[in-house]
Amino acid sequence: MDIATLTIDRVRAGLLAREFSAAELAGEALRFAAAENPRTNAYLRLCEERALDQARRVDQALARGEDPGPLAGVPVAVKDVIVTRGVTTTCASRLLENYVPPYDATAIVKLEAAGGVILGKTNCDEFAMGSSNENSAYGVVRNPVAPDRVPGGSSGGSAAVVAQGTAVVSLGSDTGGSVRQPASFCGVVGITPTYGRVSRYGLTAYASSLDHIGPFARSVKDAAVLLGVIAGHDPHDATSAAAPVPDYSAHLDGNVKGLKLGLPLEYLKHLTGESRDLLLKAVDVLKRLGCEVREISLPATDYAIACYYIIATAEASSNLARYDGVRYTMRAASAATLSGMYRETRGEGFGAECKRRIMLGTYVLSAGYYDAYYLKAQKVRTLIARDFANAFQQVDAVVAPVSPFPAFKLGEKMDDPLAMYLSDIYTITGSLAGIPCMSVPCGRTGDGLPVGMQILTRHFDETTMLKLADAYERTN
Amino acid sequence: MKITEKEVRYVAGLANLRLSDEEIARLRQDLDGILEHMDKLNEIDTSGVEPMAQVLFEGGDTLRPDVPHEPLGSHSALANAPQPGNGYFKVPKVIER
Repeated sequence: MDIATLTIDRVRAGLLAREFSAAELAGEALRFAAAENPRTNAYLRLCEERALDQARRVDQALARGEDPGPLAGVPVAVKDVIVTRGVTTTCASRLLENYVPPYDATAIVKLEAAGGVILGKTNCDEFAMGSSNENSAYGVVRNPVAPDRVPGGSSGGSAAVVAQGTAVVSLGSDTGGSVRQPASFCGVVGITPTYGRVSRYGLTAYASSLDHIGPFARSVKDAAVLLGVIAGHDPHDATSAAAPVPDYSAHLDGNVKGLKLGLPLEYLKHLTGESRDLLLKAVDVLKRLGCEVREISLPATDYAIACYYIIATAEASSNLARYDGVRYTMRAASAATLSGMYRETRGEGFGAECKRRIMLGTYVLSAGYYDAYYLKAQKVRTLIARDFANAFQQVDAVVAPVSPFPAFKLGEKMDDPLAMYLSDIYTITGSLAGIPCMSVPCGRTGDGLPVGMQILTRHFDETTMLKLADAYERTN
Repeated sequence: MKITEKEVRYVAGLANLRLSDEEIARLRQDLDGILEHMDKLNEIDTSGVEPMAQVLFEGGDTLRPDVPHEPLGSHSALANAPQPGNGYFKVPKVIER
């Protein structure tokens, strides 16, 4: 058994054939993760006890002849912005260095109910704010494919562990591209489901109208299985959707004949180099599979970055107000007055990018600027969502790049926040519209850097998106 | 210039963030560039367009049944408090007697 290339099916077959037990697999996976982690810093911590307890429960279910669940024994990693009861959850922030959540996120409950074995918590940008994983208070993550480069962000650790093989699948969170972009940089599959498809109960809030939980995997099928497990309505999350959850993996039949795909002109306009060549090559493959490809227009695209960074930071400035030294573990020692305690704790606790976004968000919401920035951005958001609605009158899916370039060098963009923000252009539009979108690997550059193709579909039509990605993946 | 150091200090006060002088200077520069980019939004006509606050595609009932259940309990709720005391979160004195 090669632990680094395991699939969900392979784990299941091995368990059912008594080739290995879930506890043996978990032990092996934990040892492998501990040995490999110094190369990437992708895990912030492993939770051995919880993993082995869960694996033994899976073994007991198997011994009783019960169905151990679709994720039985599968080693899973979880981004450290998703709370895990009794397991420190830091959000990659100094502020939460010692925070031990008193409850599990709904996605965690569902994952374990399906037999999944959580190995540990993964590194990310502080409070999920960043596009390179360089904003973590606990050190950068190195891209397992190219160690001098970033893994992408903010879910860089969750992408890296799957690429590195130290987890079979993982959970990340995506607000403006934080699952899709690291998936493309690390050469794995990453899904941002429809807004509301997966409960956010227990996902630390960054920008509530944009936050999603989404899976990473080495194959479309595994990502589809994990999505099916965590999707569905949750009474603990009023924004979670009641729509029934299809059996996603059952629809992966390779047949995409006759599907109509749209290529956005505005996205191709600026896309250059190998990222462009690889995307167009992938589109040709889809054509050969029987898809009909046409050019479409998403005219509000040029305004998406400004729109997103106003809305997201405004929401962040409100959501992060709770870290005030009263409830969440850290309080500045110097605080003598209540207001001083707020200011000192937040000044000491937050890193540079969080401060930048809190400041920007506070500014755009402040008296005299609300209409010009926040309200205006909300109207532009309507136009961006409308662009997609119009496109989906003509096509079944939109095919797009994920990032303007493959993984960049560590440190390359850290001094220019606007340049970093601008690199999110292809992912934030789908986030603003709340539609399902994913990244599927579509080849490597001459330097061996992975590139991803993005597929976007109508609200709640994850099935078509996954079918397309799977059919494409089969041709590799 | 879109934003002055004085405005940065004012916003930091609103956000309850203590910032060093170096941070203020750096943020002024960063925010200036970012806000300049935000001005792009003035180019697009949004007259008659409704603002979108949320991805709304489902009206209907989002309330859960009102069934009593065990709450978290003050012991768990206070477990992460920097300074718990007598079942409460303690903070520096607010009102002088």
